[in-house]
Amino acid sequence: MLEDGPVFYGKSEGAAMTRVGEICFNTGMTGYQEVFTDPSYYQQIVVATNTHIGNYGISKDESQSGSVKIAGFICKNFNEIHSRERESESLKTYFDREGILAVSGIDTRKLVRHIREQGAMNAVITSEDKTLEELQAILKAAPAMKGMELASKVSTREMYELGDKNSEVRVAVLDLGVKKSILNHLLNKGALVGVFPHDTSLEKITEWKPDGLLVSNGPGDPEPLVEQAEMIKAVIDQNVPAFGICLGHQVISLSQGLETFKMFNGHRGINHPVKNLITGKCEVTSQNHGFAVTKESAERNKEVEVTHVHLNDNTVAGIRLKNKPVFSVQYHPEASPGPNDSVYLFEQFFDLISKSKEQAAATEKGE
Amino acid sequence: MPKDNSIKSVLIIGSGPIIIGQAAEFDYSGSQAARSLKEEGIEVSLINSNPATIMTDKVTADHIYLLPLEPASIIQILQEQKIDAVLPSMGGQTALNLAIQCEEQGIWEEYGVRMIGVDTKAIAITEDRELFRQKMEEIGVPMAPARTATSFLAGTEIAQELGLPLVIRPSFTLGGTGGSVIYKQEDFEHALQRGLEASPIHEVMIDKAVIGWKEYELELLRDHNDNVVIICSIENFDPMGIHTGDSITVAPAMTLSDTTFQKMRDMAIRMIRSIGNFAGGCNVQFSVSNDEKEDIIAIEINPRVSRSSALASKATGYPIAKIASKLAIGYTLDELTNPVTGNTSAMFEPSLDYVIVKIPRWNFDKFKGAHKRLGFQMKSVGEVMAIGRSFQEALQKACQSLEIGRNGLGADGREQQDQNVILESLKNPSWDRVFHIYDAFKLGMSFNTIHKATLIDPWFLRQIQDLVTLESEIAQYTLETIPRDLLVDAKRKGYADRQLAHILQCLESEVYNKRIALDIRRVFKQVDTCAAEFEAQTPYYYSTFDDENESVVSEKEKVIILGSGPNRIGQGIEFDYSCVHGVLAAKECGYEAIMINCNPETVSTDFTTADKLYFEPVFWEHIYDIILHENPVGVIVQLGGQTALKLAEKLDKYGIRILGTSYEALDLAEDRGRFSKLLSELEIPYPKFSSVSTAEKAVEMSKELGFPLLVRPSYVLGGQSMKIVINEEELENHVLNILHQMPNNKILIDHFLSGAIEAESDAICDGEDVYIIGIMEHIEPAGIHSGDSNAVLPPFNLGDLIITQIEEITKKVALALNTVGLINIQFAIKNDVVYVIEANPRASRTVPFIAKAYQEPYVNYATKVMLGHKKVKDFDFNPVRNGYAIKEPVFSFNKFPEVSKELGPEMKSTGEAIHFIKNLKDPYFHKVYSERNLYLSR
Repeated sequence: MLEDGPVFYGKSEGAAMTRVGEICFNTGMTGYQEVFTDPSYYQQIVVATNTHIGNYGISKDESQSGSVKIAGFICKNFNEIHSRERESESLKTYFDREGILAVSGIDTRKLVRHIREQGAMNAVITSEDKTLEELQAILKAAPAMKGMELASKVSTREMYELGDKNSEVRVAVLDLGVKKSILNHLLNKGALVGVFPHDTSLEKITEWKPDGLLVSNGPGDPEPLVEQAEMIKAVIDQNVPAFGICLGHQVISLSQGLETFKMFNGHRGINHPVKNLITGKCEVTSQNHGFAVTKESAERNKEVEVTHVHLNDNTVAGIRLKNKPVFSVQYHPEASPGPNDSVYLFEQFFDLISKSKEQAAATEKGE
Repeated sequence: MPKDNSIKSVLIIGSGPIIIGQAAEFDYSGSQAARSLKEEGIEVSLINSNPATIMTDKVTADHIYLLPLEPASIIQILQEQKIDAVLPSMGGQTALNLAIQCEEQGIWEEYGVRMIGVDTKAIAITEDRELFRQKMEEIGVPMAPARTATSFLAGTEIAQELGLPLVIRPSFTLGGTGGSVIYKQEDFEHALQRGLEASPIHEVMIDKAVIGWKEYELELLRDHNDNVVIICSIENFDPMGIHTGDSITVAPAMTLSDTTFQKMRDMAIRMIRSIGNFAGGCNVQFSVSNDEKEDIIAIEINPRVSRSSALASKATGYPIAKIASKLAIGYTLDELTNPVTGNTSAMFEPSLDYVIVKIPRWNFDKFKGAHKRLGFQMKSVGEVMAIGRSFQEALQKACQSLEIGRNGLGADGREQQDQNVILESLKNPSWDRVFHIYDAFKLGMSFNTIHKATLIDPWFLRQIQDLVTLESEIAQYTLETIPRDLLVDAKRKGYADRQLAHILQCLESEVYNKRIALDIRRVFKQVDTCAAEFEAQTPYYYSTFDDENESVVSEKEKVIILGSGPNRIGQGIEFDYSCVHGVLAAKECGYEAIMINCNPETVSTDFTTADKLYFEPVFWEHIYDIILHENPVGVIVQLGGQTALKLAEKLDKYGIRILGTSYEALDLAEDRGRFSKLLSELEIPYPKFSSVSTAEKAVEMSKELGFPLLVRPSYVLGGQSMKIVINEEELENHVLNILHQMPNNKILIDHFLSGAIEAESDAICDGEDVYIIGIMEHIEPAGIHSGDSNAVLPPFNLGDLIITQIEEITKKVALALNTVGLINIQFAIKNDVVYVIEANPRASRTVPFIAKAYQEPYVNYATKVMLGHKKVKDFDFNPVRNGYAIKEPVFSFNKFPEVSKELGPEMKSTGEAIHFIKNLKDPYFHKVYSERNLYLSR
């Protein structure tokens, strides 16, 4: 049942339960497992527009976090049988084990058209014997996504390190709900990665002596993350190179005085066109966000340059600071799921780090 | 990079006559390209020798050249027109080869013409297997182990090194011509010889066959700024070993994880960027190992618009040829808008919320003795595509679209039940393998046996197995007891009412009534490139069984035009040409024109052609539901060939108005008995004939009619199973053959007028007046199917008296049949007597030809007559009559080297070309005329 009334009936693919969350649709034709386990989808009910889900099962190494993060799942055809040879299990087994409710047999296209027209909203799905009134009550009690802080729910509780302890490059990741593939990209570049909880203090981070800071993706509204924004601002002020992805991009933007807003529908899929205004080249990107940075605030701020725009609706897809080694993008260069067109951004981040290290060395020498 | 304003005039090269491997899809891409460029204010010239195309119409281009595709023609055009650039990437391999030939001869340079949309360096790399291999190595894209051979000896050595099975691929050929897979040592030498001969540079690539690996295709677009998007991913249902044109294919890819798909995507992009600099469409083929490693190897890359890009355009809604043309003249993807949504960027990758299945259409029945096993060389003559909300629904709908007398996949009483036959077929795929997979499950063959024999991905096999399970579940019920949920499930999985009627042992109409009573109705969903993320304006729909209907019925008066289904021999692109003109004429008359067709190669299924397109099987159930939904003033059946025509009876029975000639008249013309009676009443001569239903009766009648006899089943097109027999033994034999193939069909036996001259006339009639649009005389004597004969417009050696007789008879017959619209009459002339062989009150194969030769829009006129908007006398006919136009049939025998090239009453040609000659002294005419008896068989 949707917040504004419509009720859809389908077939439950899982245990008896009821789940509530913001309903959103994803248009990717591959990568369902990556979506389910992406912390950015925390507490959302995801509708897949692709008609078949489950065809290639579940493969351990493709998860983006330790568990399923979505609140519930809606699709047209749920395939219990898969054909992949790689070590894997069926989606059904996986959902049963993780305790996830999926509903199939829904006219997903009708549902998506409804959400497209009416905008993002909450929904409740159930496989229990509940009356419509009961469901309405549950929906009424559910909080709206706007203003909701969720990063704390998916962030690591303890700081941990990954990679080569003796690495020359130390990257601190502020974990607002980080995807595994982001960490993998950093590790593949040979960095020592320190993953910090969302509420880490400035002191804790500077103590670790990071060469660069990556502010991760994550769920929820960026606005309540005031302390994080302040901390990030302080790090930036120390001239530490910083790179923000998705929620991280929004928080970096907030730290520089830009504004964010809740989008009518958001972008969720792996076919989103983005233009890099600096190179003039375009990239097809993986996206998953319901909030964005306002264009006006970005253009108003003299310290900020808009570097990437979304070609469909001209929203801000990336910025950089003119006088600091800082940039961030609204989309997912780490892919998983989605195209690898934007992997160069990790390259760019490491370039900034090495340049800044050179400068630091030069300054030291100069002194 | 914006549009290049120095390009003011472009020449588009077409693909020539339809042959296996290069079909109607290039009419679709060529006409889309022409329109796309005209939109930009560019003057478009077009060359193609195939008259039955929309691209060679005045509605498409500014200057049309119906000339042979050779350098001399290009020079002629360049002398007459100021051409700035040539776009050769829309006309398949034929156009590319011509463009390269012209480049080598320095023609482009001489006339200051730039080549756009392709890079000849890129073509050289992709066509030369060895260069391609080196390039792939350079950029780190793996390929199957392979070597190139330019001699027989080298080839044998390579074979020894690599070991069987092997694939032989000749360089620079089309549709896999000369290619083969070798499983057995003894076949190798012959295949190698053939491969070397097929390649114009006598070079073959011999690769280790990765039989059983999964096969994929990606359709790409690239612009001058090196932006690349993947428009569509296509997965082959049939694993490696079968040419992709002969494979059942599915989009989007069904069994690929994101990780593997992205790896493939990255490789494709690396590949396209590595081979030269061009802006346009491109197709890349990959193979993925069917084990846990999921290794990917590249198979080939085609830097041009292809058959698959037509399919991808129809599958996604994204008009590849249109956008590719804009990229060719300088635009970049981010500067263009997705024409489907109208307000989002063309720089994106379409997302599908449905599944499409393409099944090729073969015509092995026309090539007696042909090897029916599918392999690396394409053998199909056409294809169908179906759209559904699940793979199963799309698969069933595709099977319903094929026009092979099946009601879908299984459940129609035509299942094969012989285990050995099935197992053989599973291992040696031919046109019917998918049906046999269903039958195998139904017989209870084990999953493992089926998988081992076919090597098809288990996911697909499970889907078919699930259908069989569903069928047996349904079989436990009767029409009265079947639960609603089960019926819904069956409809969602694509079962036709007819199939359900077969399972439930009742009538199709009873199933229909039952599901209507239970409110199980078809709804129509839009194809919009973006899985409903954005609002789209495309009037492009498919049916399914779901909640919401998106096809809003307008207030306007509507006309439905039934399409001609898959291309096959006897029913090709000519009928699509007529359908498109029917649509345009109906629009001109103020109607909302609605097209129903299932052929992805065509212009009629371009969603910009009709006001509304239903991409659906031309199958009764689907049509009827659309008619009920749209409530049109009538349906046009006489433009879509036999496919559309044979639905007339049922439309008539259900009280749906047929526009133009009535069902009654259509039936009269088909019913040989009644038609002959009509001819005798009109005192028109016809060959003595008889209609029989047993071999015994046939032999009895033969005594009366006298040999030779022409024997054929009634109600067929393209001379299917038509044969000339000279004695009783042959007669009996053939009658039994027909009865075996088409039980309960009436058989016609005619006295065959041997040595007669054949001619045919086409006319438009409004019931009162008749206008003869053209008379064509066949060069070959009677006995060769009209579609296979060289024919001359106007007649070249018929006397005035004969012509007058033909004209008079045409008028008499057209009026007597109450024709409203088009009619085609076939004649045999012997000893100065004009006999009528048959009359077809519908658009014929020759109407487009005459329209092109005389430069008049006859189908447009005829449609307006059918709609009652115009009378024949309202038109000002003004045919351009200069010299003669020769219709030259084109065959695809090179795809069937084992078949002897002999012609008879059964049609075998796949396409046609037009040749204009000034007079009969022309050497071309001379040659054809002198060879007129060369290939005549009985």
